[in-house]
Amino acid sequence: MAEHIEASNDVTVTLPRITERIPTVVVDDAHVIYRVHKGGTGGSSPVAALKRIVSRSSAPNIREVHAVKGVSFTAYRGEAIGLIGSNGSGKSTLLRAIAGLLPVNRGAVYTQGQPSLLGVNAALLNDLSGERNVTLGCLAMGMRPDDVQRMAPEIIEFSGINQRGDFASLPMKTYSSGMAARLRFSIAAAKKHDVLLIDEALATGDKGFRKRSEKRVRELRESAGTVFLVSHQLSSVRDTCERTIWLESGVLRMDGPTDEVLRAYEDFSNGK
Amino acid sequence: MANTALADPDAGLTQAQLAARYGLRVAGERPSLAEYTRRLWAYRHFIAAYSNAKLVASFSSARLGQLWQVLTPLTNAAVYYLIFGLVLKQNSIPNFIAYLTAGLFIFNFTQTAAQQGTQSITSNLGLIRALHFPRACLPLAVMLTQFQQLLASLVVLLGIVLVTGEPITVEWLLLVPIVLLQAVFNAGLTMALARAGSKIADLKQVMPFLLRTWMYGSGVLYNVALFEENLPAWATRIVEANPMLVYIELARHALLEGAPLLSSSLWQAWSYAVGWAVVMGVGGFIYFWRGEQEYGRG
Repeated sequence: MAEHIEASNDVTVTLPRITERIPTVVVDDAHVIYRVHKGGTGGSSPVAALKRIVSRSSAPNIREVHAVKGVSFTAYRGEAIGLIGSNGSGKSTLLRAIAGLLPVNRGAVYTQGQPSLLGVNAALLNDLSGERNVTLGCLAMGMRPDDVQRMAPEIIEFSGINQRGDFASLPMKTYSSGMAARLRFSIAAAKKHDVLLIDEALATGDKGFRKRSEKRVRELRESAGTVFLVSHQLSSVRDTCERTIWLESGVLRMDGPTDEVLRAYEDFSNGK
Repeated sequence: MANTALADPDAGLTQAQLAARYGLRVAGERPSLAEYTRRLWAYRHFIAAYSNAKLVASFSSARLGQLWQVLTPLTNAAVYYLIFGLVLKQNSIPNFIAYLTAGLFIFNFTQTAAQQGTQSITSNLGLIRALHFPRACLPLAVMLTQFQQLLASLVVLLGIVLVTGEPITVEWLLLVPIVLLQAVFNAGLTMALARAGSKIADLKQVMPFLLRTWMYGSGVLYNVALFEENLPAWATRIVEANPMLVYIELARHALLEGAPLLSSSLWQAWSYAVGWAVVMGVGGFIYFWRGEQEYGRG
């Protein structure tokens, strides 16, 4: 245990001391490995499949991705933490591990209450109308049916998909990608959360929607204990977060005040 | 961070000790079986809405829409009538058409639920990695969708039974406990297969084989008496314990007057029917629950 505390100490942080710091998320040497299917590359006949099951060998078209490699940090109540790093550096995977959606392979993630992931890529049923997806999404978040009935018009109003005609009753596959993302964000933002994990959610939609969603996120932040924000837009990290964690290829590269970390990150990405 | 608060009473604690001190829980920790059951019950509206939505979505691109729910079994029955009734002229069993369709529709319920259940985790990874809900909702929704399909098929089946000249009897009511027991059995089966399918991606490819073998062992397409005539006695006992054979036989017995039975007695068939429902329902649920944390991994 001692050596891993050493390992996570490569960046010294000086944060203003708060009288009582209550940890809400503790990440302890977390490793996340997930499997991806590369798609059909032959050998997919039933006989070959049976043979593989019997011999317990893994299919040739599955690859394991070691997305998070031994990350440790502690987040405290009242903090807003930005998560930055280049594409594929493991930011979203780390968020999913904190939310308990992806299990860690080694190490542990401890949280207070049930963190909620506020993402724009929650898969919904594309064959069904927007209205129905709102109902389904809310039920999947654990809302009661009468609350869902009450909230549904607000959610559709907030998403603004009905600004150009009655789109809410059309199947989601007829939506533009921006509209679909807006609707998904609106559904996810309809609930209050203890620990809130926001994945690129602010970057969706047009200007009007972005304004509305930023306001909503601020409201959610006020009621939430701790907020994590994954974003490629450094300006939104700078605006909302006082602390920032920089991940690079699954390894925690830097953890500290937003200004310092962003400066180092910008130097890094410009120097590349 | 240990070094952010040197004067802190928390300094020197390992991450795990720190978490324990403030009562943090492991993220995505598997709840106890009782707690899991309670949560699943709280999500019953989601299960119902999701299975309805899937049902609607499966017909949404067809022009006749949900009419296909009845048209599909009707067309199936017509094809089998053409082949077995008109071309092959099966007559070892009185009213073979009703005998055949009863077997087909009952077996189809389990077959489709098993097939789709195998993929219920893998095909919903996006949803699983985005939202928190008891994962058993997904296989249960698959079962419920197929149960609704079965109800439509049963309407067609009752029509066929009537048209082919069977009398309406009180025994028809037995169909209700039979399909309910089969639904519990299928719920367990879909949950078990959902977990197995999420671990072994190739299971999807093997399932058609397994299901076809199962169908031949359940006496769907031919007279169940053939088992007794051609198999040694011990093998017949095994076939008699086949849950699908049991549910099909009970359904046939409830609806048809002259259907031959393989099971030695009705009591034996009913005890197998109840036994399988309990064993599979409970066993499948526990097996699925034990993997609850792992489903997001893919």
